[in-house]
Amino acid sequence: MDFQATIDADGRIEPRDAMPDGYRKTLIRQIAQHAHSEIIGMQPESNWISRAPSLRRKAILMAKVQDEAGHGLYLYAAAETLGVDRADLLDLLHSGRQKYSSIFNYPTLTWADIGAIGWLVDGAAIVNQVPLCRCSYGPYARAMVRVCKEESFHQRQGFEILYTLSNGTEAQKAMAQDALNRWWWPSLMMFGPPDAASTHSEQSMAWGIKRHSNDELRQRFVDMTVPQADVLGLRVPDDGLVYEDGHYRFTEPDYTELYDVVKGNGPCNQQRLSRRVQAHEDGAWVREAAAAYAAKKAVRAA
Amino acid sequence: MNDLLEYTLRLGDDALIAAQRTGEWIAAAPQLEEDVALGNIALDQLGQARSLLQYAGSLDGRTEDELAYFRDEREFLNLQLCELPNGDFAFAMARLLYFATYQHLLYDELRSGADETLAGVAGKAVKEVAYHVDHATQWVLRLGDGTEESHRRMQAALEALWPYTAEMFASDDLVRRLSVAVDPSTLQDEWTNRVLAVIDQSTCERPSSSYQHSGGRSGRHTEHMGFLLAELQHVARSHPGATW
Repeated sequence: MDFQATIDADGRIEPRDAMPDGYRKTLIRQIAQHAHSEIIGMQPESNWISRAPSLRRKAILMAKVQDEAGHGLYLYAAAETLGVDRADLLDLLHSGRQKYSSIFNYPTLTWADIGAIGWLVDGAAIVNQVPLCRCSYGPYARAMVRVCKEESFHQRQGFEILYTLSNGTEAQKAMAQDALNRWWWPSLMMFGPPDAASTHSEQSMAWGIKRHSNDELRQRFVDMTVPQADVLGLRVPDDGLVYEDGHYRFTEPDYTELYDVVKGNGPCNQQRLSRRVQAHEDGAWVREAAAAYAAKKAVRAA
Repeated sequence: MNDLLEYTLRLGDDALIAAQRTGEWIAAAPQLEEDVALGNIALDQLGQARSLLQYAGSLDGRTEDELAYFRDEREFLNLQLCELPNGDFAFAMARLLYFATYQHLLYDELRSGADETLAGVAGKAVKEVAYHVDHATQWVLRLGDGTEESHRRMQAALEALWPYTAEMFASDDLVRRLSVAVDPSTLQDEWTNRVLAVIDQSTCERPSSSYQHSGGRSGRHTEHMGFLLAELQHVARSHPGATW
């Protein structure tokens, strides 16, 4: 079956199938950006591993950040099926030519932010990613099935952190509310610009890479999240929030902030990228040594 | 403090402080596979720490968190080896080779010991640390026999940490008195054989320092320990009585 017929029949494209250049490029860009987001996203959370306030929470957080490294690995592997390699994709990240999700350019200032990231950021990621499990490109869809399973565990643990805080002391409850106040708007921006301003959406929908529009997914997230905030006893920081015809009407975030952060002007853009580059450069001699050792071993075995 | 409590704290504190340092590597490792591997190792160490501190706490009515977050520096009984700040990756792998080889020998004895709880913890942990030893060994070989730079760094790390190894095997009245304890001095010969075999194979020179540090087992630590604890404990101590 040719490419378009497969897409039209809602079938899967596999690495050896013929595909248009644009499809390949779009997927490489999207999967790479997704992989980069996983590994940059390790930073705001690993920031709290050493300070997690109980040993149980420390263990859960370590496991979560480790899962993200694992997600990065599957996603780079999925991208590699399209004929690129991880080292080149990392170079594109390090030189700023490929992006990662802007949400990770916000700082984690208190322990409650670890709860908010799990609940809101992983919650938004799930809403974005569940449809990708049905994406037309097989290796990406299969990687996402695995990622989504772990993300839903992450989301629950984030909710549980905030639930414990909001039922704790006054100071803990205030910490939880403050985290929601700071993470709410950036979380809404995770769905991208409004549909009218979204540049890549239409073609991606036609190719079966994207299944729902940004605004649809954003609405789904708000509808899912607001009742959870009620359970937490926390207030969503939006005075315009009303329930109407089965949906929560909400105030749109200020998208100029999103464009600014995407361009590099967010609170942690420089810090995140330079820390990533630093880890990579600090590791260069290790990777070289591993390659040299493997080469010596191969010669000895021959 | 009763003997069993003190002995269990020694082992639990080693694992806890090791986990704290290993955890610092997550998101900073030389490659993504290593973030995953070091994450695994840190989780194993933390899991061992929790089991041991829970047991220690059960002996005098404290929780694992009270022991981890509300003791002061002089009450921690871990080896100084575990608390030293992370250096480069060679330093991390040298420390893991020294420490995990020791833990492996120790847990292997302890799992057939007379204390059922300690034996249970050791029985599970011995499999975990066997993997740590293997991981460290592979890296010491790669780095020692890799490039000129990696060889130099591996050699430097093996040397720098050697003066913190004798403390692992120091015998004292407590371990001689407490029948369920393993006297660590009985492990030293086998540890030396195993570690030197890896070092020889890595093409590095055997470390040759005569000075050996001590003090961790009686709560005398390096200058780094206070900062480690400040970071580990500050949120919990800022909210005494809170649950998380």
